[in-house]
Amino acid sequence: MDKMIEIRWHGRGGQGAKTAALLLGEAAIRTGKYVQAFPEYGPERMGAPVQSFDRISDKPITLHCSVTNPEVVVVLDASLMECVDVTAGLSEEGVLLVNTSRSPDEIRQRLNWQGQKLYTVDASAIAMDTIKKNVPNTPMMGALLKATNLMDFESMLEDTKHKMEKKFKDRPGIVEGNMAAIRRAYEEVKI
Amino acid sequence: MEKAIETMSSPRSAGKAEPRKATLARTGNEAMAEAMRQINPDVCAAYPITPATEIVQIFANFVNDGLVKTEFITVESEHSAMSACIGSASSGARTMTATSSQGLALMYEMLYIAAGYRLPIVMAEVNRALSSPINIHCDHSDTMGGRDSGWIQIFSENAQEAYDNLIQAVRIAEHPDVLLPAWASTDGFIISHGMENFELYPDDAVRQFIGEYKPAFTLLDNRKPFTLGAADLQDFYFEHRRSAYEGMRAAKKVILEIGREFGDKFGTAYGFFEGVHLDDAEVVMVALGSTAGTGRVAVENLRQRGIKAGLLKLRVFRPFPAEELVQALAHVPAIAIMDRSDSFNAQAGPLATEIKAALYDAGQYPKIINYIYGLGGRDIHFRELEQILEQTLKAGKPNDLNSRVVYWGVRE
Repeated sequence: MDKMIEIRWHGRGGQGAKTAALLLGEAAIRTGKYVQAFPEYGPERMGAPVQSFDRISDKPITLHCSVTNPEVVVVLDASLMECVDVTAGLSEEGVLLVNTSRSPDEIRQRLNWQGQKLYTVDASAIAMDTIKKNVPNTPMMGALLKATNLMDFESMLEDTKHKMEKKFKDRPGIVEGNMAAIRRAYEEVKI
Repeated sequence: MEKAIETMSSPRSAGKAEPRKATLARTGNEAMAEAMRQINPDVCAAYPITPATEIVQIFANFVNDGLVKTEFITVESEHSAMSACIGSASSGARTMTATSSQGLALMYEMLYIAAGYRLPIVMAEVNRALSSPINIHCDHSDTMGGRDSGWIQIFSENAQEAYDNLIQAVRIAEHPDVLLPAWASTDGFIISHGMENFELYPDDAVRQFIGEYKPAFTLLDNRKPFTLGAADLQDFYFEHRRSAYEGMRAAKKVILEIGREFGDKFGTAYGFFEGVHLDDAEVVMVALGSTAGTGRVAVENLRQRGIKAGLLKLRVFRPFPAEELVQALAHVPAIAIMDRSDSFNAQAGPLATEIKAALYDAGQYPKIINYIYGLGGRDIHFRELEQILEQTLKAGKPNDLNSRVVYWGVRE
């Protein structure tokens, strides 16, 4: 990784955009990277459009300004494409990953974004199957690692499992569900 | 330049005998709470306020889990928090608190009393705008409001520095030549809620570094009775205030000694400020806090384009290192001074006012443009900092208020 990678997550309040950015950042630190992970703080309400960010680099990061030209955009909720300019600042060499049952071509047409690296995955359906709840953030981490070359997939999985085991000590089912969701999204992502 | 370099940090310099560190992921607030856990104060009295709430919340968990022996006092306001801290520190207890913005403003009356009593209370402060209008995001209005209160003030660029500075603040404040309260601050949300790589030093190494607190006077020591808080009118008030000034002057030496000792022990030495490409700079940006980190990128980008830009990151604002600053800037023809607050004196921001006064005394008259920026958390992008440096380099010498003070990015 010669260059710092900036990632922007779009979600709705409650979908775990912040958690996903933090989990990904922590996993990257465990693999020896330098990282920043931060949400955009505004009026936080369930369902309102929110954003969060990661910066990942092989060198120390000293930037403390906002992310305006991300290399990667992850959309946790396809309905955001109606009200938020999700490709703002994203060059056509970048990566766009959307949680939707639609195909990459359909999304490309709808967004009028001509980049080649447009991926889709039905993370909500995967989450309903595995976690029994529409929490698309962790499966989207799996899809993201397939769509990019950010870090080793198994290391991320292991670190995330470790974090979740601490958080959900008394509910091991949740951890297993999330692990299955991440793995399935990694396998099912479409380009 | 030799002396100036002596007063600067050597960033990430290799120290001797570094203890084993753990690389973790922490936000600024988590980092400050870790410092408080390791400092393990006798007493903490605090009241929650965004964006500093987490510091106290995490620390309260440490108290509950028995990881510290601290007596945690919950209070009904920040005024009460600082009052409780003053009571506790007067009785000889190592005392800490945390706050931000309106909370610091509500402590205002007690800030002066803590300093006047010469109590080494240490505060974790998170910089946030003051009302009104109400705003929870970063600027430096809150801490700048306390700049004449007699507190030592240290700014931090990132979570690591927030942690390092809070640990050093204990030693600085408690030094017998200083005996003044001290705060270390971070930028609200930008640092307080941003997660980064963070090195945690071993608990015993930090505890060894700060040592045991042995107050010279305590109200509970009945073998050495003394009076605290008595009326002090025309006869001695002046001398007592002057003694606080002596403490602040002495703090300059102590801050450098402790910054060096910290470097020997933990690997990163600290001074009053840090310079980036200062030696041959034709234009220098002076900035506080997280903006300095963004400024590093702006300076490197300009250097790649052949522009001799530099950065001076000021770490210690109180005491103000006037002599050392003017020496470091002696050869610089153009300076952009970045103020993330307004003094409303209608002539310059607080940082610019101080630096200009110091330069006048030294007989140095470089071109200076003061930029008031980022109030209420408005983003400052590295491209904007590049523009500011270029603009400062190219501009003629300012000859009126509008060219001396630029409200950067404001909608007119």
